[in-house]
Amino acid sequence: MNHRFELRVGPVAFRIGSAWRGPVEALRRLYAGYPEPKGICDFTVRLEPERPWRRALRPSIAIRGDFMLPGAAPLSLAHGLLAAEMGMNLQMALGQRRFLLLHAAAVERDGKAVLLTGHSGAGKSTLSALLGERGWRFLGDEFALLDPESGLLHPFPRAVSLKNESLAVFGEVDGARLGPVMAGTPKGTIRHLRPSPDAIARMDVPARPALILFPRFGRDLAPDSRPVGAAEVFVRLTQASTNYVALGRRGFDALSRLVSSVPARALDYSASEEGVRLVEDHRSK
Amino acid sequence: MAGPLYAADPPGSVASADLEGLTALFHARSGTTHILAPPAPQILRALAAGPADAGEIAARLADAFDLAGEEDAEAAISARLAELEAAGLVWRQSRSGSGQPPG
Repeated sequence: MNHRFELRVGPVAFRIGSAWRGPVEALRRLYAGYPEPKGICDFTVRLEPERPWRRALRPSIAIRGDFMLPGAAPLSLAHGLLAAEMGMNLQMALGQRRFLLLHAAAVERDGKAVLLTGHSGAGKSTLSALLGERGWRFLGDEFALLDPESGLLHPFPRAVSLKNESLAVFGEVDGARLGPVMAGTPKGTIRHLRPSPDAIARMDVPARPALILFPRFGRDLAPDSRPVGAAEVFVRLTQASTNYVALGRRGFDALSRLVSSVPARALDYSASEEGVRLVEDHRSK
Repeated sequence: MAGPLYAADPPGSVASADLEGLTALFHARSGTTHILAPPAPQILRALAAGPADAGEIAARLADAFDLAGEEDAEAAISARLAELEAAGLVWRQSRSGSGQPPG
C-alpha cells in the first residue's frame, strides 16, 4: 500500500492502507488529534483498485481487510473517506471478539451512559451527536462496546456520519471538525463530524450503562416515551448485536446482565430538538 | 399407558436469565438462545432430576405449584414438551435408557 494511516479509537487500533493519497489525507484531517496505536493494530483496512487498471482510470475502490464480505460493491474514489469508514465498520462487525458489539449510539453524563439503538433512520447518529454538543460526552454513534467482564461501555468515538437532512442541524459547529460533503453515495449525501475534543480526550474512560433507549423518528409521530419489557429488550439487543452469537455464553451473560440491570424505554419523536428534550427529561428523572 | 419419556441437558450446560416473567435461556450445546414462557422453564428444571414422562413431570411440578386438574396439567405439559422437543431442548428416551440428545 502506498499510503498509510494508523489511529486508535477507544480500545481499538486500526491501520488503513490505500492505493490513493486522497482517502488517507481526508482521514488524517478528519481524525486530527486522535491517538496513535499503542502497539499492534487490531484491524487492517485496505482500499485498493477494484481491478489493477482502475487505479487511475475511472478509479473504483474495493474495501478489503482482515475480514471481508464477498460481493461488496466498490465505491468511487470521490467517496474514499466513506470507503475507509465502511471498512473500519466491517472489520469491527466481522472481527470484534473482545466486546459485545451493539449497533447503537451512546452518550454519557454524570457517569451514566445512555444507549440509543434502533433501525437505520431512527436518528441515533443525529441524536447522539447533538447531545455531544450539549454537555453530554459522545461515546459513539455506530457501535457500543459492552465489556462482558465489567459490564461497562467502552467509548468508540469515531467520526459521526451525518446524513441528508441532519447535515443542516450542525451548521454552527467549527468547520475544521467537518469532513468533505459526499453527495450521491449509496446512503445519500454524507458528511462526517469529528466528535468534540472532550470526547476524544476521554476515549479511554468507560461508563456504566444507565438507560437503554429505542428512538423512533417520524414526521407524524407524537412525542412519546414508554417502558419496554425486558424480554423485548433482550431480543431487540440480540438483533442489534453483530457478534452476539459468536461470543456464545459470554455474550449471553453480558446481555442478560445489561437487560436485568438497566431500564429501557421507547422514544417517539418528530424533530431532533424534541428527541434531545426527551432524552434530557430522562436524565432529570 | 405411560407417555414418552423425555430427557434434557443437565442444568450446568444451560444458562438462564429472568426477564420479568419470561426466561432467556442459553443452550450451550447448540449455542442458541431461547425465550421461554412458563411453564417451559419449570419443565426443564423438573427434568434436571432425571428423565420423566408428562405424568411424572406433573408430579414433580406439583410439589412447587398448585396444578388444578391433573389430566389437564398432563395435557398442557405434553404440549409444552412437544414444543421443547422441536426447539432441541428436550429429547425422547426409551425406558431402557437409550436415546441421545439431538445434534
